[in-house]
Amino acid sequence: MTLASATSRPAGHAPRRGGDGRPLDHGAWFLVLPALIPILVLSVGPLLYGIALAFTDSQSGRTAPTRWIGGLNFQDLLHDTLFWDSFRIGLLWAVGVTVPQFLLALGLALLLHQELRFRWLARALAIVPWAMPEVVVGIIWRLVYNPDAGVLNETLRDVGLGDGRDWLSGLGTALPAVIVVGVWAGMPQTTVALLAGLQNTPRELHEAAAMDGASAWRRFLTVTWPALRPVALAITALNLIWNFNSFALVYVLTNGGPGGRTRLPMLFAYEEAFRYGQFGYAAAMGCVMVAAISVILAIRLAVRLGGGEEA
Amino acid sequence: MRTGKGARAGQYLALLGYLVFLGFPFLWLISTAFKPARELADLHPTWIPRHPTLANFRQAFDEQPLLHAALNSLLAALGAAVIAVLIATPMAYVMARGRTALARAATGWVVVSQAFPFVLVIIPLFLILKDLHLIDSRAGLVMVYVVWALPFALWMLVGHVRAVPAELEEAAAVDGAGRLRTLVSVTAPLLAPGIVATALFAFVSAWNEFFFALVLLKTPQKQTLPVVLTHFIGAEGVADLGPLAAASFLATLPSLVVFAVIQKRITGGMFAGAVKS
Repeated sequence: MTLASATSRPAGHAPRRGGDGRPLDHGAWFLVLPALIPILVLSVGPLLYGIALAFTDSQSGRTAPTRWIGGLNFQDLLHDTLFWDSFRIGLLWAVGVTVPQFLLALGLALLLHQELRFRWLARALAIVPWAMPEVVVGIIWRLVYNPDAGVLNETLRDVGLGDGRDWLSGLGTALPAVIVVGVWAGMPQTTVALLAGLQNTPRELHEAAAMDGASAWRRFLTVTWPALRPVALAITALNLIWNFNSFALVYVLTNGGPGGRTRLPMLFAYEEAFRYGQFGYAAAMGCVMVAAISVILAIRLAVRLGGGEEA
Repeated sequence: MRTGKGARAGQYLALLGYLVFLGFPFLWLISTAFKPARELADLHPTWIPRHPTLANFRQAFDEQPLLHAALNSLLAALGAAVIAVLIATPMAYVMARGRTALARAATGWVVVSQAFPFVLVIIPLFLILKDLHLIDSRAGLVMVYVVWALPFALWMLVGHVRAVPAELEEAAAVDGAGRLRTLVSVTAPLLAPGIVATALFAFVSAWNEFFFALVLLKTPQKQTLPVVLTHFIGAEGVADLGPLAAASFLATLPSLVVFAVIQKRITGGMFAGAVKS
């Protein structure tokens, strides 16, 4: 694939990118502005504006002018147990989805890397959840979990395991049930990422290790994993962040219920902003989420700098 | 590679497990979409509808403005795809070939924009678009989708530009072509397949998008397909399963088709990048 070959070149040895030797600086602006203006106006600007809003009492439909209130929103947030419950659920969900997702995807990627029959079918199926609108993924699993007409309860009844449960509205079952959906929905990207990583592992090394009589497990540890590590770390960090920020899936599945047991931080902030009109307060929640995400990014960076990872 | 017979059997068993896990929810959707109401009420549902019917599809179109919603989605997705690619291609070129601070900043933004929670962006966007009278407007939504599609579009396109040998551009320069001439007549044609794949990806992302559409569009006639789908689920979470499944199935088909076409390029672009980032 052209892309893979183009970008997998070791960074240090890449031909200098100013390729044709002419300076880009003057002409570059002309080429960059059409994208730069929308980015600044609709992405960077709103992001900074959003952070600023966290320090105001901005509300929807307020007639009085918005005032600067300093850290008051954050003080309130500190005592908002509902938000911290939601924050905790968000972390639980992010880790609860990312870890099994990674392990399952690793297994599938290793299988698909082998020359097995029907692997084309698995590859094709693995794409389906990825291509689907998140709303539809939510709807599909509502059908699966449906207490009366759902396939899950019917199967459980068939094998004699109890008589149907409402998985999505049980206090204890709701979070595990949505986590399963999260794992399903995100498995394709992770699998494909790991598969791409596997394709970079040097085949000769593998064969040499097999010749030396190394067990499959040893070969995985000494040959496959070291080559796979950069991809695995990158995709895991991204998955943690994406999952922590997710919205549509759980909105459709449970809308945060029952009793807030699946109310992810994004759902909480969305309600606060667009149902109760508390823009400033919701923005403060967004800032706290950014802080949490920064921790993940910082860890990732530390691993990269400390671990001697080349890429 | 040598693999024992037992290990092989184990591998096929595992593969079967994955196939079931990945495939059954989608099959259940199709099965539900074609079941008559009577079979859906059955306490012992079957996999294959005994009396397959299209009634759910008819009912879905009667209950919600599906056709209208599909048209809205199509317009938003096409608009986002075309504009995103038009403005991303020159920028990706600069990012790939330039060593300016600008190129570095743009790369930084691409990475960071993957990480921030959208709620932090949507509140100010809502206020800005309200001031511009672009709330509840398709144009406003397209603008948001363009910017939302840009990071990944740039990511994919930068990879494609790097794959074009700079020597070709040098040759054009020797022949006296200016920078823009070179880009348009030498580089762009070679980028065409990458540009098409990027546009299709932007199309699918916008077609599937839910959060921004939910917040920005209030008038039912303007809402996109994913938002209208959630109307099938009542306030109490009670849903009319048949029409819900039928409408969901239809909404998924376009993205599945497009994805099947571009799948290889996306995965290549995404993860060649992921290794490097």
